[in-house]
Amino acid sequence: MLPNTLCKELSSIVGREHILTSPEDLVAYSYDGTSVEHRPDAVVSPLDVEQISRVMQICNREAIPVTPRGMGSGLAGAAVPMSGGISLCLTRMNRVLNLDAENMMAHVQAGVVTADLQAQVEARGLFYPPDPSSIKHSTIGGNVACNAGGPRCLKYGVTGDYVMGLTVVLADGRILQTGGKAIKNVTTYDLKNLFVGSEGTLGIVTEVLLKLIPLPKFARTAMAVYPMLEGASATVNNVLRAGVLPATMELMDHTTIGTIEEYLRLGLPTDAAAILIIEVDGGDEDTVTKEIETIGRVCRESGASEVRVAKTEQERNDLWRGRRSVSPSLARRRPNKLGEDISVPRAAIPEAIRRIKAVGDKYNLPISVFGHAGDGNLHPNILYDKRDPAEVRRVEQASRDIFGIAVELGGTLSGEHGVGVLKLPYLGMAESPIEIELMQAIKRVLDPKGILNPGKKFPCSC
Amino acid sequence: MADARNIWQGIQLPSEEQYLACIRCGLCLSVCPTYRETLRETDSPRARLMLFRKVIAGELEMSHGFTDKMYRCLDCLACNAICPVGIKPGDLALAARSVIHQAKPQPWIKPLIFGGLFPNASLMETCMMPMLLYQRLGIQRVVNTLGLTRRLPTRLRDYERMLPSLPVRSLRHRLPETTPARGPRKYRVAFFLGCFQNMIFADASAATVRVLARNGCEVVTPKNVKCCGMPHLGYGDVATARALARHNIDILEKLDADAIITDCATCGSTLKEYGAHLLADDAEYRDKARAFSVKVKDVAEFLGAIPLREPEHPLKTRVTYHDPCHLRRGQNVWREPRRLLQLAGAELIELREADWCCGSAGTQAITHYASSMQILARKTENVAKTNAAIITAGCPGCQLQLGLGAQRAGLKVQVQHPIQLLDRAYNDR
Repeated sequence: MLPNTLCKELSSIVGREHILTSPEDLVAYSYDGTSVEHRPDAVVSPLDVEQISRVMQICNREAIPVTPRGMGSGLAGAAVPMSGGISLCLTRMNRVLNLDAENMMAHVQAGVVTADLQAQVEARGLFYPPDPSSIKHSTIGGNVACNAGGPRCLKYGVTGDYVMGLTVVLADGRILQTGGKAIKNVTTYDLKNLFVGSEGTLGIVTEVLLKLIPLPKFARTAMAVYPMLEGASATVNNVLRAGVLPATMELMDHTTIGTIEEYLRLGLPTDAAAILIIEVDGGDEDTVTKEIETIGRVCRESGASEVRVAKTEQERNDLWRGRRSVSPSLARRRPNKLGEDISVPRAAIPEAIRRIKAVGDKYNLPISVFGHAGDGNLHPNILYDKRDPAEVRRVEQASRDIFGIAVELGGTLSGEHGVGVLKLPYLGMAESPIEIELMQAIKRVLDPKGILNPGKKFPCSC
Repeated sequence: MADARNIWQGIQLPSEEQYLACIRCGLCLSVCPTYRETLRETDSPRARLMLFRKVIAGELEMSHGFTDKMYRCLDCLACNAICPVGIKPGDLALAARSVIHQAKPQPWIKPLIFGGLFPNASLMETCMMPMLLYQRLGIQRVVNTLGLTRRLPTRLRDYERMLPSLPVRSLRHRLPETTPARGPRKYRVAFFLGCFQNMIFADASAATVRVLARNGCEVVTPKNVKCCGMPHLGYGDVATARALARHNIDILEKLDADAIITDCATCGSTLKEYGAHLLADDAEYRDKARAFSVKVKDVAEFLGAIPLREPEHPLKTRVTYHDPCHLRRGQNVWREPRRLLQLAGAELIELREADWCCGSAGTQAITHYASSMQILARKTENVAKTNAAIITAGCPGCQLQLGLGAQRAGLKVQVQHPIQLLDRAYNDR
């Protein structure tokens, strides 16, 4: 619990109603999109950069841990206040400060919901491509802090690729402004990218300057059905070799297809070993049409038994609704799921999926595999029941095995969810001691007292 | 903390399956009106489920704070509809109220209103008397002319403004027991007199009966039905709700009607639940309740399924339509009311976020005034953009709230039940 005097000091900054300390509020801010839980001592919801700066000065002075948070949809436990202290909730900071159509940039506060931003820029004929599945319930600040990806990364890249500048409140309350609207800039270290994906361990991302691009006018989506998993994996590289760069190439395995179909009844082929959802987009209708035709041909040559091209916007939406609902709908099978996020070189996808399936057999656990096949980012989800302790142990072993597979194949533990606390124990499998020591050293410079989201991202050096 | 098992002896809890699979993805936050207004996790469906779960497990006290959080839910059902896991966080908030009610009965005022008043139609009508006199004796006009309400705090002024023009006599006293079909009788339907409709929006229900008769229905209106039970469910009193359900089934099943019609979204969604949930464990009533609920139809739903007569005096008015939560998500009825409006000749302007809750939610405007008004402001803003002369909604709670929203924003828009427009187009009065 925070001492009363401190609560008063904080409320004089943000207002009494924006400091929450009731048991109900503390429970509500004790979790994110995982099963990790820990209650903060207080929740503070600031309205602007100045307020955050003053809050941080106090927290630094008193050495109170601060865990920043948006809508709490993270999948690694990064927003869970594991050391208590303050949960710094940025959802009130949800204004688009400036939409510069000429320079094609948006200056936004960290609490803007990603889908809301997209809707606003698209109304102006512009496009902000990153599209994590949590697009309607995650914020730009959280997307930056975790360097969120999504299906469209194959063609358009991840959140970090769109960050032009950042306003960051440092641990001691100083306000850092880095980057800007100049597209090329080599006068400093690339400081903004230090904060991208830092999961709140180096500073509080409070405002973001985002690059926008022209909105592609046309999109076509196809679903390719495979009787054998290998065909789907081979398609990915064959399509790229055929000279087409699709916006997305999403893979769902047999287990995943069955779960989605049970929930949404979209008419997916439940007997298939795998499906790929491939979308092409662009500014010219003829080119887009030709590309989807090429893709259809390559899919069939690579082993697809059927290729369905969405004919209407409704059919296209249905395909995407199915894809976006994969992760949560898996919980219909078993009460709990552990969603992994390994990333491997594209060519290693077939081997990775084969080995993951073998892990499922070995530990007698259903594992659903889906993900962004185009960029090698796979989401093996282990389905289990937390109430069975023996099963929980098997899940832990299976999870370690899956990380082992990723590393052996030249990949890494997390492509877009982040490390948080969930992947912390396994970090040494993928990252060298030098990398970890360097991260610890950078952390000491920016946050000497270790108050920013302590115990996340990498093992503490203290 | 005491052992969780002992606390719950003799108290009916939801089954673990109803909440265990929540993976806390947070998708429900994106559609929850209370969360989107306060941007506070505690006001989200995900948090309400989590808090309830902690209380059941004995990890959180069933405090006043907990009760308050469970009562903030508007029961708009948006979270139920979007949950990809199939959990119904909205239903769980109601279940939590039932647990609270069983464990710690609420203070005296709520039992009085919901235990004694709502179930008794004539008692309720007597209680409306002072308000009726306030309007009919011209006091309201005098008060408003002199600007006396300006001296009231905003909140009381809002309640005063919310009060629509009340009918002199409740519909119960005006409607005949049986209204014959105009022309050849094709159907025999029972009309369920809702409390709100009976006392406040009697004109809308009178229109409902006229439109039904116009389209070949003989309408039987039993006068001794009681409240559908939703206010009781909303305040966690499941036992009284069940007693009311049994009473209403006894009255209505005797009538041998083809359908049981209601023009209140909330009554409809509750009557339809008698069979599926409310009396599902009642050995004596289970089958009767199921047969009963199958017959229940919202008036727009019923009219949408039968051939309708063309109106002689199409309206040509600019009209918009708000989807009441208990009609759109509670009963999946949303195309039908729009079709009725088009049949009436209205130029239908689609309302942005038409299915977003208006914030009325029964008594929320009174119990959670501030958040209810915030949510209403969002709705009113969208209504203003339509430039419609009339906004329609087949729910008395929504109508009161929408009317208040229009007054607060100084909009010149009338609020009506969709059936009133069709009635006007038939011009049968």
